[in-house]
Amino acid sequence: MNKNDKWLFEITPKQSLFDLNLKELWRYRDLLMLFVKRDVITLYKQTILGPLWYIIQPLFTSVIFTLVFNNIGNISTNGIPAFLFNLGGITAWNYFKDCLIDTSDTFKKNEQIFGKVYFPRVIMPMSIIVSNLLKFAIQLFIFIAFYIYFVSTNKLEFIFSFDLLYLPFLFVSMGVLGLGFGMIISSMVTKYRDLTFLVSFGVQLLMYLSAVVYPVELIKEKAPKYSWIVEYNPMTIVIENFRKIVFPTIETKVLPSDIFYMLLISLVVFVFGLLIFNKTEKSFIDTI
Amino acid sequence: MKKDDVILKVENVSKQYRLGTIGTGTISHDLNRFFARIRGKEDPYLKIGETNDRSKKGKTEYVWALKDINFEVKRGEVLGIIGKNGAGKSTLLKILSKVTGPTTGSIKSKGRIASLLEVGTGFHPEMTGKENIFLNGAILGMTKKEIESKFDEIVHFSGCERYIDTPVKRYSSGMKVRLAFAVAAFLEPDILVVDEVLAVGDAEFQKKAIGKMQDISNTDGRTVLFVSHDMGAIQNLCSRLLVLGNGTVVFNGSVEEGIKKYITDNTKKEKFSNTIKGVRINKVAILQNNESIKILQVFSKFEFFLEFEFLKHIPAVITIEFIIRDVFGKQITTISTYLDGIIFQPRSKKVQVTAEVMNGLGFNEGEYILDILLKDNDFYIFSKTLTFNLINNKEVTGYNLQLETAHGNVYVPHKFKIDN
Repeated sequence: MNKNDKWLFEITPKQSLFDLNLKELWRYRDLLMLFVKRDVITLYKQTILGPLWYIIQPLFTSVIFTLVFNNIGNISTNGIPAFLFNLGGITAWNYFKDCLIDTSDTFKKNEQIFGKVYFPRVIMPMSIIVSNLLKFAIQLFIFIAFYIYFVSTNKLEFIFSFDLLYLPFLFVSMGVLGLGFGMIISSMVTKYRDLTFLVSFGVQLLMYLSAVVYPVELIKEKAPKYSWIVEYNPMTIVIENFRKIVFPTIETKVLPSDIFYMLLISLVVFVFGLLIFNKTEKSFIDTI
Repeated sequence: MKKDDVILKVENVSKQYRLGTIGTGTISHDLNRFFARIRGKEDPYLKIGETNDRSKKGKTEYVWALKDINFEVKRGEVLGIIGKNGAGKSTLLKILSKVTGPTTGSIKSKGRIASLLEVGTGFHPEMTGKENIFLNGAILGMTKKEIESKFDEIVHFSGCERYIDTPVKRYSSGMKVRLAFAVAAFLEPDILVVDEVLAVGDAEFQKKAIGKMQDISNTDGRTVLFVSHDMGAIQNLCSRLLVLGNGTVVFNGSVEEGIKKYITDNTKKEKFSNTIKGVRINKVAILQNNESIKILQVFSKFEFFLEFEFLKHIPAVITIEFIIRDVFGKQITTISTYLDGIIFQPRSKKVQVTAEVMNGLGFNEGEYILDILLKDNDFYIFSKTLTFNLINNKEVTGYNLQLETAHGNVYVPHKFKIDN
């Protein structure tokens, strides 16, 4: 073979697990933004209430949760108005949940496009994470609106704290965790679809293990034997710390070690998801 | 850059597919494969596998959709790829465009490959034409800046200026295709892979599309891989031809020879019943320069040749007719001794007839069937004695035939002179 032959690239069957082409990913960055634009433009076509649905869902859920868990179930919220406590948890949880669910069927949903044209497949789930930010922003805005209302009616005391600077890390963690798990699931369901059945009710169950509707201390106190399941769950840390930051009235402080643990787990899940996803994208079209 | 350097090299590419459904049965195969791999052995299912013949029932669940494909493409070449349904064309294109990976072998490329396996991939009906141009362009690998710089040209080429701010769901299907092809036409990859996307749109647009593809290879010096069933388009566009059959390369060489081989290989070799009531046909052929052919250029001189024999008695007078039908059985024309006023009285048992068609046939491109009718007091109809293909290579004939039957089946050579 001629030594002068310089090939730009090679298509071969054997791929190592770490065969990630980041340069190529960067070249397709415009596509990511265009997918985001598409999602945003087309989401509310032909609905009457449009983006209001984003607001209705967390509000109704909060009301019902307050009724069931706080009024009937008597769960203590450490002096924070129960409605706001639930709304905060749900807002944080929703972004993670949406990212997870929307990315978990990436391969199946985009079979049509993926079967006809090549682009780095991971662009698709990544674009979902970004477009879900819009929904998250709206829900966060609603949360802030109610927060201000509760402060202005003296039901809640607002204390400024530099812990607020941790918030962006929490948001990144929610998205990245959802993306990571979503990529893992979407890769695993290309051949055997069993996992899809797990996702819908699994996410529901996971919510109860992520301290969305109760403070972590409560489960430590009531079920100390099993509380580790909740405590080590990275989403618990995200949600618990979100509440610690926005309700500084909670006496426990935000621990930097918690934030570090949360970011580390998110990174591990994300990288693992990326590798599996990358491996799957090369052959899934034959098995889906 | 040298014109004759190899830009794409396909080496021993094979692709295995598993047939049947995926269920609990397949997990045992997956486990076997996994155990073989952790013991450092080869995939046990790669050893088996059969050639991919769709019509025959096989023994195993594994087939080779492609088996040991080897070829090279030079810079600036337009390579045509033809083959029957299931010959492996689409699989090859999918591997080339990285939609799926090969089972074994490798493809080496010196340029960026853009593939057009479908027009309008990722079009969203709710978005406007403009928004879709950007999205589709980006899916095909262009950056936003590239699309912006070519946007006006794209819109102009598509001819959809009026509708550019209207959601695509309001477009007619033809307009969607025009818009989608326009985006693809302004891609500037080193290698363009095109599947049969031209089989849509009206005649005007097809002409435009083929012209654009010619430009891409001639003026821009880009390499094109073109898959089609349309022999006319292949002849007009391609500089070399690859014929696939059952997952292997059957032919790799000149376009003329390749088409000839493809058509002779695939013309049904059904024997027509050559003896009817004591009359037997020994030979039917289309001759050009004394050579028997199956592919005929439009408007080129040829001869029908027929040899038949009376097995019982020799009739006093016999009428001989060559009837040309299209694939739907519609009679297009008849060449008849009766219509020509020829009264033929055979003297011996064997008769040889040639009917010279001086100006050739001016029909649409496609497959035609030749029936033979003999008549004394009785009718002897020999149907489907042979099939032949009519093609139009514009560079040879100089005629611009319509590609659509909507304008009729027959082309009449003509010249316009309009005074105003």
